[in-house]
Amino acid sequence: MLDDKDRIFTNVYGFQPWGIDAAIKRGDWDKTKDLMAIGQDDIVEQIKASGLRGRGGAGFPTGLKWSFMPKESKDGRPSFLVINADESEPGSCKDREIIRHDPHKLIEGALIAGYAMRARAAYIYIRGEFIREAETLFAAVAEAYDKGFLGKNACGSGYDFDVFVHRGAGAYICGEETALLESLEGKKGQPRLKPPFPAGAGLYGCPTTVNNVESIAVVPTILRRGAAWFAGIGREKNEGTKLFQISGHVEKPCVVEEAMGIPFRELIERHAGGITGGWDNLLAVIPGGSSVPLVPADQIMDAPMDFDGLKDLGSGLGTAAVIVMDKSTDIVRAISRISYFYKHESCGQCTPCREGTGWMWRMMERLREGKADIADIDMLHEVTKQVEGHTICALGDAAAWPIQGLIRHFRPELERRIREQAGANDDGDVLEAAE
Amino acid sequence: MTILPDDKLSQSTTDTALENEAIREKWGDFAWTEENAAKAKDIVTRYPPGRQQSAVMPLLDLAQRQVGADTNTQGWLPVPVIEFVAAELGMPYMRAYEVATFYTMYNLVPVGRYHVQVCGTTPCMLRGSDDVLAACKNKGMIKGKTTPDGLFTLTEVECLGVCANAPMVQINDDNFEDLDYDIMTDILEKLANDEPVTPGPQTGRQASCPEGGPTTLKHMAEAE
Repeated sequence: MLDDKDRIFTNVYGFQPWGIDAAIKRGDWDKTKDLMAIGQDDIVEQIKASGLRGRGGAGFPTGLKWSFMPKESKDGRPSFLVINADESEPGSCKDREIIRHDPHKLIEGALIAGYAMRARAAYIYIRGEFIREAETLFAAVAEAYDKGFLGKNACGSGYDFDVFVHRGAGAYICGEETALLESLEGKKGQPRLKPPFPAGAGLYGCPTTVNNVESIAVVPTILRRGAAWFAGIGREKNEGTKLFQISGHVEKPCVVEEAMGIPFRELIERHAGGITGGWDNLLAVIPGGSSVPLVPADQIMDAPMDFDGLKDLGSGLGTAAVIVMDKSTDIVRAISRISYFYKHESCGQCTPCREGTGWMWRMMERLREGKADIADIDMLHEVTKQVEGHTICALGDAAAWPIQGLIRHFRPELERRIREQAGANDDGDVLEAAE
Repeated sequence: MTILPDDKLSQSTTDTALENEAIREKWGDFAWTEENAAKAKDIVTRYPPGRQQSAVMPLLDLAQRQVGADTNTQGWLPVPVIEFVAAELGMPYMRAYEVATFYTMYNLVPVGRYHVQVCGTTPCMLRGSDDVLAACKNKGMIKGKTTPDGLFTLTEVECLGVCANAPMVQINDDNFEDLDYDIMTDILEKLANDEPVTPGPQTGRQASCPEGGPTTLKHMAEAE
């Protein structure tokens, strides 16, 4: 278990005020100028050395991402840091806690990360429904300006840096980095084709890096305590601490910071009060937010909760949004509801996704009631394969994977419903009609 | 396929035209209040010169809020208001209309005084969002509709990012978390009677801390 002294988000529940004075007491904004004096390239190197992988779901090494940014502007275009606070993945609720209870970790991180990648300013894109959270964030940014931590000569470093907050207005797809940039430019949030990648042409056609809130908020602490400290937590290639968000059928749902790689059982026992009805009652877990495939109880129980540990189970860590389902769950309905979510959130740009998400949801609803043929299961699987990988962004994949996971692990349940609906016995063969 | 008789067809077309005319008459002169004009000006400065189109989302939100304040509801975006925002930013109306129709938080029809947005996505569903919706239904609310007294509009929304405090509802600008049937009924009754309600977790726990107290950083909960 992670020691309290190694926890980064010390005010995750908001027992203490979020304001700048309380934040300074907690160690934020402490000699930020000295951290910047490490030097732009050395900051990037340290983040590389810390092993930090993006906390928004994909797990791309953060330091490496920063190193794609141009070191000098040959044509006068400025660079931008964009922080993705469009937290909308079902199950995820960590960025909200950072923003409303520890916003100065994020803002200080924005300054340091922005400086390291030679950005002119940072835009924090916060989802529109986080109304109170955005109010806190606006106020926290204003506090930082008042103290001289942002703006001209930020923190006395000689570097000018601005932080702006931009509110979304309700669209899951804006969590996709290029859709987010489109939205930030005042357009519909429809993903762009890549290349060009944002590091070459992002916001307003300028070099841009898009990072998740948690990835940026941990940066100041990593620099203060050293890359080796962060890299010493967790497993190889899965280093550091992580905010886990535990929802669904546990006794005490919560958000908690733990070491990467903590076994699932320990995470739930220690922080969430166990599974509703005990461990024998566990059915399945969606370990990383709605877009990763579910994992059946027997496989997840002792699995390490990190990128590679969950990849080995055919799933993923995603945002570490752990959705727990006990045996009272209508598993087909649970996944069908996720299919409805993707149908609702498809931006409509690519045909396989626009048409496929609706088709898949309607088929899932039929399977929920068993009003289908056994062969329909295979056809559904085939369609998910046609959607997956055939769209501009990953929403098509995200819509396909939960269904693939359901078919992979719960095909007997799907077939049982079909047979039941057809009126046959559960275990008996269907009799052939007399000629 | 049913084919409407000619008189019916022209009737409905006339209705729409009359409706549009009434909307234009009511909102055609829309302009910022003094306070919102200052806010709008400030919002545009967040973006680089020449990139003021970036401000379309916050300005549409501001306009919707102003319409809400005018009508004692949560506001909506009549066409003339969208036209106004587009003109403010020097962008074609259609570009602003695209934005208004793409994002779910812009209301394209009037809503009630309380916009009750129940999350129904899987994490909330697992913890009883059906009961929360049932509580709304039993108070006479219908999904996608406003109650005849104009008080409540019910919408089932997709994940609002409060999953560790599920099930939840967003009513106007506030979240109400850790709900069940009785708590939701109580909240709706209080709102209907103009009694105060307290947002946040309804079970008394602190934010997304485990029920009964934190398992980590206990000293933070104790320190003043």
